[in-house]
Amino acid sequence: MSKLEIRGLHVNVEQTEILKGVDLTVSSGETHAIMGPNGSGKSTLAYSIAGHPKYTITAGQVLLDGENVLEMAVDQRARAGLFLAMQYPVEVPGVSVSNFLRTAATAVRGEAPKLRTWVKEVNAAMSVLEMDKSFAERNVNEGFSGGEKKRHEILQMALLQPKIAILDETDSGLDVDALRVVSEGVNRVRETGVGTLLITHYTRILRYIKPDFVHVFFDGRIVESGGAELANELEANGYARYGVNEPADTEAVAAGA
Amino acid sequence: MTKTGSPAERFSSRNPDDFAVPTGREEDWRFTPMRKLRTILRPYQSEGTEKVSVSGPQGARWSIVGRDHPRFGSVLRPADRVSALAFANVSDILFIEIDAETQLSEPVTVTVTGEPGLNYGHVVVEAKPYSKATVVFDHTGNTTDTANVEFLLGDGAQLSIVTVQDWGSEAIHVSTHTALIGRDAQFDHVSVTLGGAIVRLSPTVRFAGPGGSAQLFGLSFAGAGQHFESRLYVDHAVPNCSSNVVYKSALDADSARTVWIGDVRIRPEATGTSTYELNRNLLLTEGARADSVPNLEIETGEITGAGHASATGRFDDLQLFYLQSRGIPEDEARRLVVRGFFADVLTHINVAALHDRLMATIDARLGGKPSDDAADLVADETGTA
Repeated sequence: MSKLEIRGLHVNVEQTEILKGVDLTVSSGETHAIMGPNGSGKSTLAYSIAGHPKYTITAGQVLLDGENVLEMAVDQRARAGLFLAMQYPVEVPGVSVSNFLRTAATAVRGEAPKLRTWVKEVNAAMSVLEMDKSFAERNVNEGFSGGEKKRHEILQMALLQPKIAILDETDSGLDVDALRVVSEGVNRVRETGVGTLLITHYTRILRYIKPDFVHVFFDGRIVESGGAELANELEANGYARYGVNEPADTEAVAAGA
Repeated sequence: MTKTGSPAERFSSRNPDDFAVPTGREEDWRFTPMRKLRTILRPYQSEGTEKVSVSGPQGARWSIVGRDHPRFGSVLRPADRVSALAFANVSDILFIEIDAETQLSEPVTVTVTGEPGLNYGHVVVEAKPYSKATVVFDHTGNTTDTANVEFLLGDGAQLSIVTVQDWGSEAIHVSTHTALIGRDAQFDHVSVTLGGAIVRLSPTVRFAGPGGSAQLFGLSFAGAGQHFESRLYVDHAVPNCSSNVVYKSALDADSARTVWIGDVRIRPEATGTSTYELNRNLLLTEGARADSVPNLEIETGEITGAGHASATGRFDDLQLFYLQSRGIPEDEARRLVVRGFFADVLTHINVAALHDRLMATIDARLGGKPSDDAADLVADETGTA
């Protein structure tokens, strides 16, 4: 059993306070959805936990199984068992997906995976995500479509087998088919007992990935927590009760457009 | 003053005295540390401190010939004083011939090992019609070398050149590489500069008939006290030829310096030309300086395409963050990014052993240990199944 504890987390970007005291505990096997309107600080929470240099922690703690995550370098956090599926994965020209995945797996596992079993492992994970084998020869995120980038993020999650995974707007930009495939990929990994923090603006991904807990994020903190039924409430009424005129349901967005 | 609309012709001469002794204020010398080049700006006695050896397969022949050889000077038009001096004073010419309609099974390798001293060099490579060959020049050691290399490509010939400057830290190497590309012939030139105090290479290309293609690739990795300069000139004067230039530099010390000059001229008669130039420079430390000057002169509207791009930047912190967020330690992430940066040049080196050696040299410069992947692969394939 693993546990990620976020306690009283305050985070600045440059001089502006974005997170204003976040408290949340995610344990193995649990799926927490964090929902909130644009600009509420959801992605800041994700990047701060992963250690992005742009964000300055001004107060609070993040502990993974009691270890202080905030003192670890970015790569140490990943080796300790944290994973962030990014909303905007970064292109790395000239570095092939296969080289990248193997280098990452070697770092996280502490030894190079045996080549023969590794190839099988990668192929199996790619087939779950309906990715063609040729994908491995392409350069990391270079020229990837939005859907390909998200599949590639979840492929990494499957291979690196983190203790706690944070998925930052993994649903954004995905059409229905891609959303289904990516969600199935996430669900496969969830079966292994990973603790998941699912950050999203919209409820649509929650039709495929059922959360145990839903938290509403607003103005840099969690303002309400509940079970899956809270998502239904947001789907019906959007973020209006928090003073924001933004729907949480994509059909409402389409109708409003 | 009348404006003709055409740029001035590039001056060339076989007489060194037609070029004034440069001071460093001239356009074509202004980036070069002239103080260290004084000895090569005057005629000198070649001291013969370079050992040159050649190996190659059937279908290639080579010999040392004299200045009276008909191919000596058949392509070169010296465009600066150093080139003209080397041309005027060299006595031994290495002449390499690739037989017509012959595809070589292996590369021809010219190994140049330098010891301290002054040297003039001259090589002529003649790729006869419809031949296909790779010629590797491999420079190591500490010496002073001024040289001219001529490439004469017959119709339909395919000639790939890989020139490696892996000199010692004291070496000075100033060299012009000039190609004349026959009808439908294909010239690939890959220059890799990893070592030397001053390395200044000037690859120049002209086309003798339509349908020719030139691809010029370059990789420089400059460290402390190193000045690596590449001055390219592609002269399109016949129709339907193409040229593509990709030069990349990385600099990892504040006293490291690279210069890239990319001149392309498309003359009025060169209709249907397609050309593109790309230069990218990666500054791995503060204070390093990379100069980049692309220059495209187009004198006809009837071209297929022409463009250039140049960018110099620091290490991308987002790339580092992304790789580190997958558990990859920072130093290894840096190595991955730099290797990736160089990949689209290295991929054009079609000699596997040389490719691997250069990769290992670059890795070592980045503080890496020899990759265990290759050994792992062998172990996996020979291991108990």
